[in-house]
Amino acid sequence: MRSRDEEGAEYKRLRDDLIFKRRKRRRHHHHHHHYRLSRQVGRPDLIMPFGNTHNKLKMNYSAEQEFPDLSQHNNHMAKVLTPEMYANLRDKETSSGFTLDDAIQTGVDNPGHPFIMTVGCVAGDEETYEVFKDLMDPVIEDRHGGYKPSDNHKTDLNPENLQGGDDLDPNYVLSSRVRTGRSIRGFCLPPHCSRGERRAIENLSVQSLDVLDGELKGTYYALKDMTEDEQQQLIDDHFLFDKPVSPLLLASGMARDWPDGRGIWHNDNKTFLVWVNEEDHLRVISMQRGGDMKEVFTRFCNGLTQIEALFKERGHEFMWNEHLGYILTCPSNLGTGLRAGVHVKLPNLGKHEKFGDVLKRLRLQKRGTGGVDTAAVGGVFDISNADRLGFSEVELVQMVVDGVHLLVDMEKCLEAGDIIDDLIPEQK
Amino acid sequence: MPFGNTHNNYKLNYKVEEEFPDLRKHNNHMAKVLTKEIYGKLRDKQTPSGYTLDDVIQTGIDNPGHPFIMTVGCVAGDEESYEVFKDLLDPVISDRHGGYKPTDKHRTDLNFENLKGGDDLDPNYVLSSRVRTGRSIKGFTLPPHNSRGERRAIEKLSIEALNSLDGEFKGKYYPLKSMTDAEQEQLINDHFLFDKPVSPLLTCAGMARDWPDARGIWHNENKTFLVWVNEEDHLRVISMQLGGNMREVFRRFCVGLKRIEEIFKQHNRGFMWNEHLGYILTCPSNLGTGLRGGVHVKLPKLSTHAKFEEILTRLRLQKRGTGGVDTASVGGVFDISNADRLGSSEVEQVQLVVDGVKLMVEMEKKLEKGEAIDSMIPAQK
Repeated sequence: MRSRDEEGAEYKRLRDDLIFKRRKRRRHHHHHHHYRLSRQVGRPDLIMPFGNTHNKLKMNYSAEQEFPDLSQHNNHMAKVLTPEMYANLRDKETSSGFTLDDAIQTGVDNPGHPFIMTVGCVAGDEETYEVFKDLMDPVIEDRHGGYKPSDNHKTDLNPENLQGGDDLDPNYVLSSRVRTGRSIRGFCLPPHCSRGERRAIENLSVQSLDVLDGELKGTYYALKDMTEDEQQQLIDDHFLFDKPVSPLLLASGMARDWPDGRGIWHNDNKTFLVWVNEEDHLRVISMQRGGDMKEVFTRFCNGLTQIEALFKERGHEFMWNEHLGYILTCPSNLGTGLRAGVHVKLPNLGKHEKFGDVLKRLRLQKRGTGGVDTAAVGGVFDISNADRLGFSEVELVQMVVDGVHLLVDMEKCLEAGDIIDDLIPEQK
Repeated sequence: MPFGNTHNNYKLNYKVEEEFPDLRKHNNHMAKVLTKEIYGKLRDKQTPSGYTLDDVIQTGIDNPGHPFIMTVGCVAGDEESYEVFKDLLDPVISDRHGGYKPTDKHRTDLNFENLKGGDDLDPNYVLSSRVRTGRSIKGFTLPPHNSRGERRAIEKLSIEALNSLDGEFKGKYYPLKSMTDAEQEQLINDHFLFDKPVSPLLTCAGMARDWPDARGIWHNENKTFLVWVNEEDHLRVISMQLGGNMREVFRRFCVGLKRIEEIFKQHNRGFMWNEHLGYILTCPSNLGTGLRGGVHVKLPKLSTHAKFEEILTRLRLQKRGTGGVDTASVGGVFDISNADRLGSSEVEQVQLVVDGVKLMVEMEKKLEKGEAIDSMIPAQK
């Protein structure tokens, strides 16, 4: 047992070492290389500088001793992660200090979900998808229909390329909505960002959004300064997002410091909405009642394009690359990050035995009208595109438009007492 | 709600003001103590296992306050946290533990024979008696921070130690992750089963990570001695029984603890302890003895008396609902226990409970007869 003096001196030396290394690293941090820290430092006890899943003592345990028990688990991460992969990646970290254990914690803590196959891992920064490729690539492939590490993704935010979409029957289609996410390059993502980073993201976002005008002119409501009236109004408009309660999100650290740095911006017309610092840096939503998806998508594209330009004016771009498209926190949202959907009344079709099959062929998915964690109520379904990556925005919205058209036709058929067998489409 | 990201390398690119948490709406010990100066001084430090200031305080940022109790708002990730982050933790400890100073020394006394009386609390009022404490195993990090490998090693060691107990302590371990439905049902009926924490106070500190891996419950055949493994602390040790024989409960508590400690020592693993802070536990509120000795007692009249709170304060006792710290009382039955943890010994704290509850039961009886209790109000202990 060492004396307290000896321990104190040792501690001071470790600390000074660490601060020195951190200063060194800061000067070079624009080099986005990952490195095995054991190469960089001569001390095995300093392999991981920081963190909680950043516990340095874990390297004293073998990979087997540290490997999570995934025997009860059913998510993409659990299906992909092997002890070998874990052993190879467990001592790595991104430049910002995000580790493999950080990436997988949510999947370890959440074995499965009743309605959906969850991903079970998240990114803490842009580099996560590179440093932890060995895990992320197979997860991405499983989740995104066989998308390969060599594939390229198409981005198309030109609303004029959408055909039709302005005439979905409002007797059935109650509302239309398109959302996506955007991450701002140079900052860590919500599972990992610090308060300083989050606030900087908020400041940048508010500055940019405040410049928008015309139909996009609007106001920012910071969650922490909201008045009771503002809050009630936002709840009534179904705009207010609350502190996440889903353990999928909580376990990844996204709700830290709530509500600091979070807020909601929307235009005066209440048809264009931006969430700041919820599950992604930005969530951009265009919506309105009825079935004019074309208008919703047009506003969506215009708004996004303007926001992107405003960020660029301030020296910031969105995270994007030609393989993964837009980089977002959850691997399920890579590519377009786009979910375009409608709330549509399909009481007959919803009970038809081929409903699931029809959706699959149309590359659509159903949710309850409360969102991803809910079931349908009263025959009203949330129908949206199932894909995110490997198709462009226009292509995905086209699938929704064409698919919902067909679903409504089928519903009308069933209402009339006819069968729908010859309407069943080919696999898209 | 875990964590993780309290280890973000980029945060040092931001100024102290930019990173300092917004604590204006907060009411916990950490929020009252943490200044920008302290934050600025400590924010780039870490313990040898890598625990940082932001790790320590995350739970207090995420949980501004609690309706019934003044929360601590910070946790330790390892033994060294209390040293490396002294500038924050010393004032928190002082606030929480009645002015306990950095130079003060703590007394440990687990000799049950030093307790006077305690075997005759009236079972018509005192429904059950219980003593619990926590223990941390030296050389491992604590539940907010430990890795799966560490947690499993703690479990393994604990099982070995507990399985070697015999006599009144002979018992069995039930790991949470392989419990059968029947075992689970029985443990629930016995009120032994602890569940995945739902309290955000705990989840925000990262204690629920990897649940239920390496968590479990051990209890003796008599169901009077219970050990929780890897919940809020490495070990929580509980002695309990129906009725008012606190003396017997405390005897079993001390004897069992000593046996367990001996076995750990044989494996070269002592408990975390030092002469300033006593037993080192995850939450600063449990430093010292980590002991909560209490009873479930029927005090329907006394609890509605105007001086109830003051009596409790003078007796150095606190009340909780019978569901535990986050609950309110039901049907006039209260959980009454010692308020102190640090600066007095185990024997002294249980003595306060024994003497205090005895007095309160007498007061209750007096009030039942319609008599006043003014002359019985005690001096401040």
